[in-house]
Amino acid sequence: MNDAEGIVAHIPPLRRYARALTGEHAAAEDLVQDTLERAWRRFGLWRRGSDLRAWLFTIMHNVFVNQVKSAQNRRNQHADSAEVDWSAAPSAEERLDLRDLNHALRKLSNEQREVVLLIGLEQMSYDEAAKVVGVPVGTVMSRLSRGREQLRLLMNRGGATTQLKVVK
Amino acid sequence: MSPPKLSVSEFDLHAYVDGRLAEERRGEVAAFLDANPQEQERLRAYQEQNHTLHALFDSVLAEPIPSQWRTPDRRRSWRFGSFAAALAWIVLGGALGWLLRGEQAGISGKNMDFARRAAVAHAVYSPEVRHPVEVTAEQEEHLVSWLSKRLGGDLKAPHLIDLGYDLVGGRLLPGEQGPVAQFMYQDKSGQRLTLYIKTDTSSEKETAFRFAQEGSVGVFYWIDRRLSYALSGEVKKEDLLKVANAVYRKLNP
Repeated sequence: MNDAEGIVAHIPPLRRYARALTGEHAAAEDLVQDTLERAWRRFGLWRRGSDLRAWLFTIMHNVFVNQVKSAQNRRNQHADSAEVDWSAAPSAEERLDLRDLNHALRKLSNEQREVVLLIGLEQMSYDEAAKVVGVPVGTVMSRLSRGREQLRLLMNRGGATTQLKVVK
Repeated sequence: MSPPKLSVSEFDLHAYVDGRLAEERRGEVAAFLDANPQEQERLRAYQEQNHTLHALFDSVLAEPIPSQWRTPDRRRSWRFGSFAAALAWIVLGGALGWLLRGEQAGISGKNMDFARRAAVAHAVYSPEVRHPVEVTAEQEEHLVSWLSKRLGGDLKAPHLIDLGYDLVGGRLLPGEQGPVAQFMYQDKSGQRLTLYIKTDTSSEKETAFRFAQEGSVGVFYWIDRRLSYALSGEVKKEDLLKVANAVYRKLNP
């Protein structure tokens, strides 16, 4: 397998991660495309023999962080536009939805979600995940620990609405 | 037997969930969990999270990769190439039109021009990842009625599933003498075909298939009941002909 084929081999997991990270089909495809554009452009900078998967996921992390930043800037410019208030108490319907892990994932911070997904879904080691998001392993562990615990609580909260569940 | 006294850290517990502990340590943590049902319950929830993540997102792995994601050279040359090619074709078309003005060969020149425009539209839109179409196949009914209305004809988007091509959607484009419709199809490997349709103003009611090759894009084009069709794709000529035949048959059941 030559190097270029190596990149192609990583596209499906990059895409899976992007879908889980953004939670939206179109946004995920944009993220993958921007990542690949950057990867192909910088391919000359990749050191042969080093971990190609980590390199690609690092690029995706950087692209994602930039996209989030520019989305925030846009939002700040349109401060009057309606924003979702995640801190508000969830409606009964929403509480049921929280049982859905996908929904609960959206409530994590981007930092926590990244780490939970890199380790839980992409099965990276803690060292690899630390390299990808550019923080020490200890930070990765605390994000992982908090992220998983928050997901568990969110799912439990959904599960606690037994009365609502029974009505079908 | 009293539970063994162990110091187990949060790190150990996550490493246990992720299967990243050495066997010996794994046994120790398992023993700790047996003695701590609450912790065991918590870790079971974390393991369940990992399983659910795979259940939710592993299907993405099987999605066909758009061909333009696969290589750097094609991507770049496509991007530049399609602009350069479009420009060259437009210049060429203009020159040809000027050369052929008032000549007998006008009709075939016009038809050639139609095939060329179809090929240009194919080259410009088929590599698009984000916006290949204006209206997707999910709104097929709306798409067809909208394009029919704009073209002033009764359009159909033939289904080519039996040939392995799904309808992606369509868009409206400016043609030489008015609006033109483009339907886009895609197979599992990401290969795309486009069907370019305009209302025909010539006196011809029906023509046979004609073939034109514009760079890497092959085009079969024909006239059928006041509509001109051009099917474009970067596939083998005989494969494209198969699809063109199918399109014709589906439009004339």
